[in-house]
Amino acid sequence: MSFSEQLSTLFAKYNVIDAFWTNVQLTFWAAIGAFVLGSILALMRISPVPSLRAAGTAYVHLVRNTPLTILMTLAILGVWTQFQLSLSSNFETNFFLYAIIVLAIYHAAFVCEAIRSGVNTVPTGQAEAARAIGLGFMPTARYVIFPQALRGSITPLGNTLIALAKNTTVATVASVAEASGMMKSMIEFNSDLVFMIFFVFAMGFVVIVVPIGLLTTWASRKLAVKR
Amino acid sequence: MFNNITSKIAKATSVAAVATLALTGCGSSTSADGDTIRIGIKYDQPGLGYQDGRDYTGFDTDVARYVANELGYDEDHIEWVESPSANRENMLKNGQVDMIFATYSISESRLKTVDFAGPYFTAGQDLLVQKDNTDITGPDTLDGKNLCSVTGSTSAKKVQDKYASSVQLVQQNSYSDCVVALNAGMVDAVTTDDIILAGLASTKANKGELKVVGNTFTEERYGVGLPKGTDKCEAINKAINKMVETGAWEEALTKNVGESGFKYNRELNPPKLDSACATAPAK
Amino acid sequence: MNRKVTTSSSVLFDVPGPKAVARTRLFNILSVFAILALLGYIGYVMHRQGQLEADKWTSLFSGNLWANYILPGLWNTLKAALISVVTSVAFGVFFGMARLSPLAPVRWFGTIVVEFFRAVPVLIMMIFFWLFLGKFSVFSPQQLPFIAVVLGLTLYNGSVIAELLRSGVHQLPKGQGEAGLAIGLTPWKVLTSILMPQAMTAMMPSLLSQFVVILKDTALGYIISYPEVLASARRFGSGEGNILQMLLLAALLFIVINFALTLLAERLSKFMSSRSNVEIKHADGVPGEVDDPRPKTEMMFKIPKA
Repeated sequence: MSFSEQLSTLFAKYNVIDAFWTNVQLTFWAAIGAFVLGSILALMRISPVPSLRAAGTAYVHLVRNTPLTILMTLAILGVWTQFQLSLSSNFETNFFLYAIIVLAIYHAAFVCEAIRSGVNTVPTGQAEAARAIGLGFMPTARYVIFPQALRGSITPLGNTLIALAKNTTVATVASVAEASGMMKSMIEFNSDLVFMIFFVFAMGFVVIVVPIGLLTTWASRKLAVKR
Repeated sequence: MFNNITSKIAKATSVAAVATLALTGCGSSTSADGDTIRIGIKYDQPGLGYQDGRDYTGFDTDVARYVANELGYDEDHIEWVESPSANRENMLKNGQVDMIFATYSISESRLKTVDFAGPYFTAGQDLLVQKDNTDITGPDTLDGKNLCSVTGSTSAKKVQDKYASSVQLVQQNSYSDCVVALNAGMVDAVTTDDIILAGLASTKANKGELKVVGNTFTEERYGVGLPKGTDKCEAINKAINKMVETGAWEEALTKNVGESGFKYNRELNPPKLDSACATAPAK
Repeated sequence: MNRKVTTSSSVLFDVPGPKAVARTRLFNILSVFAILALLGYIGYVMHRQGQLEADKWTSLFSGNLWANYILPGLWNTLKAALISVVTSVAFGVFFGMARLSPLAPVRWFGTIVVEFFRAVPVLIMMIFFWLFLGKFSVFSPQQLPFIAVVLGLTLYNGSVIAELLRSGVHQLPKGQGEAGLAIGLTPWKVLTSILMPQAMTAMMPSLLSQFVVILKDTALGYIISYPEVLASARRFGSGEGNILQMLLLAALLFIVINFALTLLAERLSKFMSSRSNVEIKHADGVPGEVDDPRPKTEMMFKIPKA
């Protein structure tokens, strides 16, 4: 068989597009989860209640310093098997949901820090003005600080999104059939095509990641708060 | 304090330098230097090839030791090398090991790149279940059950395609992870070669908790992986025959996987070998 | 009366009054109970599953575990991390300069390399190098996973460091480079002896948080059979039947080491901003990626330290 024939039979046998689609879906849902959880954490870390601040800080430090692979394995071996917590009676859906939750929990720590760094870009006068017209902590945070902070933290948020897109490969540890696992078994059974296979998968991630990067740069310019 | 850090950095750099030296040093050695023999085994497969403290245990390891001994290498002259499944052919092809004993089944596609002596054991795909389980007796009783295997393995897929279409599959990193799920009752069975399952069931923690079903549905002949064109098949086969005759083979099996109550397939074992290298299994 | 006067550093809220303090106290007590209940439930489940049996935990303190698994594993983790730090910095300096080069083709080359390796997941690179280099007899099998781990970490983190340095140089006052040119230095000299050293200093905290990333990502090595601390902990656990306990131990080890590194990064950033005129970039907790220079704002309000 010629080289190109070998390649085309290989890619007919393995559904690479499907695998990448799984990574894209993981990225999408985990990004939403991480954003919501991360915003709550950021709010906790700037709140007036000391215990909330401590809890937020502890969360960020614990999660940020643990390798994602360990979190992923612990979720499956610890939570799924020991607590017998099935999120769906269908195994595929169950592990997919587990992977999304772990990815969201992990990246929420980075979202929190990104938003906090955005909060730092809001001038003190803004908060002072809000306080002066009699707004309490929550209204100040919600109507004055967060809208500006989010616009200031688009770059780090975008970077977190890029990291998340790439980290979806770790979901292979949670029994999710995604791109990196497929690449591994493809190379194992077709070791003579190793270079081409790697190139295809690498380019797949370039195609996913580079647009996010460009979009982030564009959005951060477009939405930057004029000061 | 800063001196301390500097010296640590210096140490790290020297490690890097040593690593680089070591790299350039070992590319050229393509065969054993006569003194030692390099044997590839698994390090993470309890009962077959397992790193136990400073020692290496398991059935594969014991057979390897016996064979090496017969070839004239005592324990001090064996260099153990970890050989993960994905790299076995490469390691033989590149002459980085002299032989491999690592649950390495003889197959037609592998025979294209490597030679095999043996087989020293004929295993078969089987199921591992909890001790008191009675409703799983073979692959065709798995409909509606949960089955665990490791990522990248095709054995679970085979069960789904051939025997039980409505079985649910889980892929874990290692069979030990599967056993955690099995012990907790989240999967009903674990599947791979019977002797590997028996090794898992023989570990201290699982003894008396799990059992191998004992209804094999494939035939996996474990061979001694050798570089293509080897002249060692005869000597190795002779050593394996001797191991069987003296009872050392049986003893090694009992010692390593016997605790599980595992009975090997008596029709296919123990092996009786002639002097030729192994050929592809009959279809 | 005897209300304590605390100076709040935040402009977001007042010092809580007596009502708020009482409410907070009630909330704290309730959450302590909630956490205790959760812990109790976890303990109950672990007990039910037999995970609290003594021998699953006592082996955590056995000499065999530490001498033959954890310490060698930890050494392998640190070895891969340290060497990757050195090679990543070298890679980063090289390609960071390439991206700042006055020659357009060199710049493009640098851009393509850096953008490519920033986009490819580290795990994919590790798997590739492991299986690809295995085809040749250049590296011995014992070193192969190590080489693959270091290469994967170097290409990715080196690219991030290249970007860090580039944005560090861009953030320097224009006058720095102009002054260098004015006294007759070549552009190359200006870059290497004026701009780069300052960019390095300004970016030091971000560099250090990138090192945390390197250390954490060595854990991916276990997927390609590199015997780092996670792999060796798992290996011990699979023989002893206490994988879960071993995973917790590995997580704890990573947290302790990384926490120390993060603290060091924060200390260093404070120390350096106290003794240098270069504006030290704050380590902002999103490692792995690089921030574009943000608009400088005059006043930033302080976030209260928890």
